Order: sequence, then C-alpha cells, then structure tokens
Amino acid sequence: MIERRPLLSLITHGTLVLGAAIFAFPIWLAFVASTHTGREVNRGLSLLPGDRMWENYATVLGDGLSTAGAPPIGLMLFNSTVMALAIALGKIAISLLSTFAIVYFRFPFRVLAFWTIFITLMLPVEVRILPTFEVVADLGLLNSYAGLSIPLIASATATFLFRQFFMTVPDELAEAARIDGAGPMRFFRDILLPLSRTNLAALFVILFIYGWNQYLWPLLVTTDEGYYTVVMGIQRMANSGDQLPQWHLIMATAILAMLPPVAVIVAMQRLFVKGLVETEK
Amino acid sequence: MAAIAIRDVTKTYGKLRVIHGVSLDVDDGAFIVIVGPSGCGKSSLLRMVAGLEPITAGEIAIGGRVVNGLEPRERNVAMVFQNYALYPHMSVFDNMAYGLKIAGLAKADIRARVERAAAMLQLQPYLARKPRELSGGQRQRVAMGRALVRDPDVFLFDEPLSNLDAKLRVQMRLEIRQLQRAVGTTALYVTHDQVEAMTLADRLVVMHNGVAEQVGTPMEVYRAPATTFVAGFIGSPSMTLLAASVAESGKGLALDGGGLVKPRDTALPEPGRRVLVGVRPEHLSAVSAPNADLELKVTAVEALGADTLAHGVLCGRNGAGATLVARLPGGTRIGPGETLPLAIAPGATHLFDAGTGRRIEPAGR
Repeated sequence: MIERRPLLSLITHGTLVLGAAIFAFPIWLAFVASTHTGREVNRGLSLLPGDRMWENYATVLGDGLSTAGAPPIGLMLFNSTVMALAIALGKIAISLLSTFAIVYFRFPFRVLAFWTIFITLMLPVEVRILPTFEVVADLGLLNSYAGLSIPLIASATATFLFRQFFMTVPDELAEAARIDGAGPMRFFRDILLPLSRTNLAALFVILFIYGWNQYLWPLLVTTDEGYYTVVMGIQRMANSGDQLPQWHLIMATAILAMLPPVAVIVAMQRLFVKGLVETEK
Repeated sequence: MAAIAIRDVTKTYGKLRVIHGVSLDVDDGAFIVIVGPSGCGKSSLLRMVAGLEPITAGEIAIGGRVVNGLEPRERNVAMVFQNYALYPHMSVFDNMAYGLKIAGLAKADIRARVERAAAMLQLQPYLARKPRELSGGQRQRVAMGRALVRDPDVFLFDEPLSNLDAKLRVQMRLEIRQLQRAVGTTALYVTHDQVEAMTLADRLVVMHNGVAEQVGTPMEVYRAPATTFVAGFIGSPSMTLLAASVAESGKGLALDGGGLVKPRDTALPEPGRRVLVGVRPEHLSAVSAPNADLELKVTAVEALGADTLAHGVLCGRNGAGATLVARLPGGTRIGPGETLPLAIAPGATHLFDAGTGRRIEPAGR
C-alpha cells in the first residue's frame, strides 16, 4: 500500500493473519494429534498439545508401525531423501547441459530439439505412467533407487527456465570468454555456472520438493518395504486393514515428512534473497 | 604487435551481403579507426578480425599469418566491447587475470602483469571489487586492462565509449590514445562517432553499406572526401551539397536554383557536366552584399559559444530554395528572418559527380 492509513493497514494485516492461520491450521492439528495418545485422538481432538510427544515420535522413529506393514520411518525418510536428491540433482544436471547445447551451439535440428523437450511439459508423470512403468519393469528397475528416480529426471521445466536465463546473459560475455581463450566447457564452468547460482538454488528447492512429494510413482514401482518412501508410507499406515488407524503416529510421521523440504527452503532462502538483490547479470 | 592485412573480405548472412569486398592494410603499431553509420558493416569487419564471425570470402592476415581458420584465442587479439562484457561474478583482478589463467601462466607472473596494467589505468584501489561496484568509466578501464594484460598483437575496440557520458568520453578517448601509443600495439577501433574517429585515428576507414568508401589520414579525409557520403559524414555540421551543372562558359557553376557561382582556386570539369557542389559550413563567411557568393535567409540560429551556426534557405539570385548551414564566429549577431550574404573561402569548394557521387579531381586544396 502506498497510502498509510491505520484502518487500511489494520484490514490488510487482518486479512494476512487470517490467511496465514487458515493455511497453518491443518499443520497445527497434525502437530497436536501427534502429541496425544491414540485413544485421545480418536475420541476427538483438542486444540492444545498433549504430553505424549516424545513417546509418539520415539515410537515412529524407533519401531515404525509394524502392525500397519510399514518399515521404520528412518528408512523411509532416507529413501525419500535419496529419491528427492537424485531427481533434483539429475534434473538440474541434465537440463543445464541440454540448455547449454540448445542456447550456445548451432547444430542441425536445434529448434526441433528444444521444442521436443518443451512438448514433454504437456505430459505429466501421471499421463505416461503406464508406458513408463512397462519400460522400468522391463529394465528390471522395480524396487530400486534407479527405478524411483530416473524416470522422473527428464525435465522440460528446468530446461525451459535455464533457457530463459541463458538468453539474458549478454552474448558479449561468451565472446569475451572466447577471446580470453576459454573453450565452451570452460566458459560453462567458469562463467555460466556461477552466474546461474541463484537460479540453481531456486530450481533445487522446487525440484527437491517435487521429488519428495512424489506419491503415485513410488507406489507403483516399489513392492519391497525397503524402498518405501515416506509420502507413500503414510498412506500405507492409514490403510491398516481391520484395525483403527493409529492417527497419533501417522500425524507424527506426517510432521517428520514435512521437515526436510522445510529445511531445504530455509537453507536456500538466503540465496534467493541474494539473487533478488543482485540485479546485475 | 603485428600488421594486419585484409584482402577482399566479404561477409554474407544468409542471402544478405553486408560487406562487399573490403581491403585494408594496417601498419604495425598504427591506430586505425573504422567509422560509419549503423549497419554499414564496420562491426562485422571487426568481429571477423577477432574471429567471432566466420569470413565468407577473402583473407585476413595478422602479422603475416592468415587467420581465417583460427579460433579467437589462436589469433592473439584482445577486444574491448561496447558494454564492457566484464564477468560480473569475478573481481576486477580476476577479470583481468582470466585470460592469463587460461593461458596457463604462473601465478606470480599473472599478478605482476595485472598489477602493471592496473597501475597504468589507475585501477589499483579497485582490484578486489566486483564490476557492479564500479562506475562506467572504471568498468571501461577494467575492460581495457583485460585487453592490456594479454599483451596481444592487436587491440580491437568495438564502440568502447558509446555507453559513457560526454565528458568521460572525451577523457577516455585521450587515455586510449595515450595508452596505445605507450604500448605500441596495433589497434582497430570501430565507432559511429566522427569526432572520435578524427581525434583517435592515424588513419580513418569510412565505411558505408559494406564498402570502404575512403581510407586516409583524418585530415586527408576531411580535406578531400572521396564521395558525397564521406563528405556528409565527416565534419560537423555536415557539408552542404548543392545540385548544379558546370556553366557552358566553363567559368562557373550554374546552381539548379538559378544563378552562377564562381569558386576561387578550384579547377572545373568540362562544361555541361552535372555536379554536386559541396561547401563546408566553416568555409562560409559573412560578407557585405556585393561580395557575396550566396545569400541565406536565416531560419534558425544555434549559438554554441565559440561558434554560431546559421541554418537557412538560399535566396536571392544564386541557388534559391536549397538549405544550407554556415558556421560563423561566436559573437555574430543574427536572428531568424534576416538575410545573410555569404562568401565561400578560396579553394574550399568540393565537386562531386552528380551520378556516381564520386569526387571530381582535381579540386581544392
């Protein structure tokens, strides 16, 4: 707001607080549920935390929910981390290199190559999930980290974003590097990569969360508990057959599953801000 | 340090031909300025020397070695770009050292070279800074420092002063010239600014539509422009060109607007030939009416302090209707609407063929 009127700022702040509260409320509920006993949760939830926090989290982290057919959460968190990291780093590496080729090299069918990549944007994982599953199964990649991550690495989004960024890098920079004697890969490493740093950070955050939140794909390609990821693990816990779901433990798992993406965002936030402050390319 | 030989170089982009066979010899250590309006092909020519653009046909040799097929790094040239093209994430020191690092020089050697160049350019206090923390003039110096440390055979300047303000431009112009003299490296300098061209060049190349219209020292080009384009481009304000024919008597020029002008100290071609008569504003002087060659109906006056420019339309018996500019002494009092009798200085009339636009020799001083 440009004008400084008390009533106006009261309304805007009120709206802001209300919006934030609406978004935060389910998370608060999940946290509250994770601090009570299972019986208390099933009876109806209070809005204040209970006293069972340490016990619940210790159970989840230590034993897992053997009754629900899910492995200890530590392993699932590890699996999720491996998958999310592999997807994020793999996507960044592949899209950086392909963008570098598309933007800085003249080769036959260059434009066609770009549009082919771009068109895959229109095909989300869910659309191509059956053929992809067939391929992964035939390659014997079911129940493996490779099977979890590789099919999700091909990325048009990142390629597109990097292309837009590379196009803003002045041509003279590449020419100055050529005259300074830098070959293409040297230019890529010494100049393009450092300049893309803030873009890399932003993409890493987005892609890590994308990978972490994958649900359908891990559900399809893993039957071995040892490869369960935490997001699908929560679903397993909730579908616990005849017994009542142990909501207090499920909520504890959900809270734990939320922490790594939050940590990534908090860690990368500084680079974001720096990227916003540095206007000069 | 090396001489440059450019032989019948042409450049086409697709079907569009932008350079139509340019030849140029640059002596070792010379400062050559390529000047012309935008789109004349001057930058393309420079970029072909640098190796940033492939040469469509012809040959470029640096120091006697044909470089057509060589990468920029193998040509040992250094280039200063219009927007400086400094690496934004590197310090001034690293910017200047980058080429040397790639060349694999020892750390101590790199440091010594960068510091020497920084001293020449008064950049020592800024070596640790990033380009964005520098002013335009300082960035320009860093770009020059980056060229200097490499100790190249040739400096290439692509409109390096265009992004600076007028005062800084004058200062940097002098610095570039002094620096080039001090190190004695051959320099090719591209600009669209004719003042830069006149002040910097040992020799000028005036380019127009992909052709080198004239090559010569600045004063040669100023005194005897080879074509009407050069005549109009070099000199400010531009030379006035009046359509005329050589009088049948052979003793004067019959202007199209009527009347007869008899230029002093100027040999005339055969009678009846269609010509363009060129007169520079600075070669016109206000005289009393009986001695006037031309009479100017003043429409606008620009008082610049040292000079006063009188813009107007010719009236009276000679060349009525043509527009003309006269440069008069600073104190001249004249206002729009007045009639100004003007005389052309002896030998200051330029004659060009009306059809080809080429200079008709012999003429003038």
